[in-house]
Amino acid sequence: MADNIVEIDNLSFGYKGRLLHKGINMSFPRGKVIAIMGGSGSGKTTLLRLIGGQLVPTQGEVRVEGQVVHKQDRHGLFQLRRKMGMLFQFGALFTDLSVYENVAFPIREHADLPESIIRDLVMMKLNAVGLRGARNLMPTELSGGMARRVALARAIALDPSIIMYDEPFTGLDPISMSVTCNLIRSLNDALGATSILVTHDVKEAFSIADYVYIVANGVVEAEGAPDELRQSTLPFVHQFVHGEVDGPVPFHYSAPDYRRDMLRGQDA
Amino acid sequence: MERTTMDLWVGIFAVAGAAALFGLALKVGNLTSSSVGETYTVTAAFENIGGLKPRAPVKSAGVVVGRVDNIQFDSKTFEANVTLKVDKRYPFPKDTFANIYTAGLLGEQYVGLEAGGDEQSLKDGDKISHTQDAVVLEKMISQFLYNKASESGDSKKAE
Amino acid sequence: MLKRLAEVLRGMGHRIIDRIWRLGSGARFFLYTLIYSGESFRRIHLTIREIYFTGVMSLLIILVSAFFVGMVLALQGYNTLQKYGSSEAIGVLVALSLVRELGPVVTALLFAGRAGTAITAEIGLMKTTEQLSAMEMMAVSPIARVVAPRFWAGVVSMPLLAALFSMVGVLGGYIVAVPVIGVDNGAFWSQMQANVDFQADIVNGVIKSVVFGVACTMIALFEGFDAPPTAEGVSRATTRTVVNSSLAVLGLDFILTSFMIVT
Repeated sequence: MADNIVEIDNLSFGYKGRLLHKGINMSFPRGKVIAIMGGSGSGKTTLLRLIGGQLVPTQGEVRVEGQVVHKQDRHGLFQLRRKMGMLFQFGALFTDLSVYENVAFPIREHADLPESIIRDLVMMKLNAVGLRGARNLMPTELSGGMARRVALARAIALDPSIIMYDEPFTGLDPISMSVTCNLIRSLNDALGATSILVTHDVKEAFSIADYVYIVANGVVEAEGAPDELRQSTLPFVHQFVHGEVDGPVPFHYSAPDYRRDMLRGQDA
Repeated sequence: MERTTMDLWVGIFAVAGAAALFGLALKVGNLTSSSVGETYTVTAAFENIGGLKPRAPVKSAGVVVGRVDNIQFDSKTFEANVTLKVDKRYPFPKDTFANIYTAGLLGEQYVGLEAGGDEQSLKDGDKISHTQDAVVLEKMISQFLYNKASESGDSKKAE
Repeated sequence: MLKRLAEVLRGMGHRIIDRIWRLGSGARFFLYTLIYSGESFRRIHLTIREIYFTGVMSLLIILVSAFFVGMVLALQGYNTLQKYGSSEAIGVLVALSLVRELGPVVTALLFAGRAGTAITAEIGLMKTTEQLSAMEMMAVSPIARVVAPRFWAGVVSMPLLAALFSMVGVLGGYIVAVPVIGVDNGAFWSQMQANVDFQADIVNGVIKSVVFGVACTMIALFEGFDAPPTAEGVSRATTRTVVNSSLAVLGLDFILTSFMIVT
């Protein structure tokens, strides 16, 4: 267990009494790519924010490198966050800065380096995502896939030991999707980092992840290596992995009987 | 936007804003007339200063020669002690009269200095002994009405 | 009936609590902005950049409006003053109205419409697109990096803009009064100088504009920071910036004026 860089221990979290997570346990071993999967609205992104310390759990704790995240003061939290890189759903590039300045941003903020070294670092990171030539463009001039790659370059600017990806595949065309997919795996191995991948794209996630957690109804419904999960006979896992319309997750949102509902008139 | 261009614009903006402030102070305001030049302080006691305020002008022959600096009530003599700051360029004789006038019928009140004939001039810290109080409109009206009333009373008696 | 009444009361109570809650979080936001202001002075180019966007970009609208306001004041003033045979006092009228009231107030209102909305929209958009979250995850405080420089830029820009407004307004008044109407040039300036006091009028006008600068910028920043992260939320926040800034400016103007006139 000592080699888990992030551990989630009996974690509960909710807004105003309605619990989104009910006692979640997860562990993220160093050097692996771990996917957290689940349907829309199952609180996957919230998990990332809990790891990053942007939210405070209702119960339980998240430990990063052995330190409890929500018990850190501001300084300690910022120290922890320097070890993390996060890729947001749509990149979250700073729209008023160029591609180059976006990648340089975390370096400039945290290290007092001469401009020539910053330039070398930025070029290395941009080269790693294949966008060295786009350094002078503004974020508005980039396609969705390119923006995602620039954001990835920015996320790894400080060589983090944990990289978190929030829905990295949404809204990408098939080519950009496989490019991003390969980047996640190759960067993880090149940097010796740990990647936490939140997504609902089964095919991509299963192709690169070492281990997968499937979250539903606030608990970890299933976990295992991708191949194990594909073979799984659990009805929910089967439905999720194969994308079937009906199953344990019904097509209809829970509602009274259709015939009765229609007869009752508009007042209902 | 190049950083240097931006810096240039902000520099222009700051200089223009500061210049506007200076312009307001010097061209529009009275900074030139009030604080330039040295002054000497004299005091004058009045029984009634009416609506005289600090910073009211001190005029002689209609020219502004100074400002009212401070007004205080003297609880021993029950008079108002008015401190005047007068421009050093304008010396006044010892027996100068200090009056409180009103500019126009309802205008602001100011201190008027009328030079006397003394050889010696007022020095810093001197006191002007000849003063005349402010004319209070209400007093004047009531006096006027009183006079009218007594006049008509007299004329009735005469009948 | 009773149920209706209770519902109305509950709704009112809810809204009042909501307002007070927002006021409280606004005050806390203000406090944090002051605490995290160090960086906006240590890395002064962050602030200079924002002065460019708030101050310099507002210059055109401020100067043009000031010119017209000054000209209108002179026209209106002359129309009335000449009935009393004191048309030379037009300089005083124009200068005092501008320096004491119109300069700071109209500048603040225009500032809220031009720079305030831009600030709210920009920060709201940064929140919607998770730029602020991203900054936080990079261990950079958005209040220190984004909010504080904009705040100080607004506080610095406002008095400068107001001074320019008053000066250009006086020039506009001068152009209408002296060359167009034919008021005597000497009388125009000397009457003005005799009656505009440096301390009571000009300094107080500057104090007003500094206070308005704090209020307008803070409201714009808070509304942006507090906006729900949706397109609709940001557009509503922008509207609220204009409404709240205008009300705050006019209300504060009354309070400040009453203090300044009493003392």
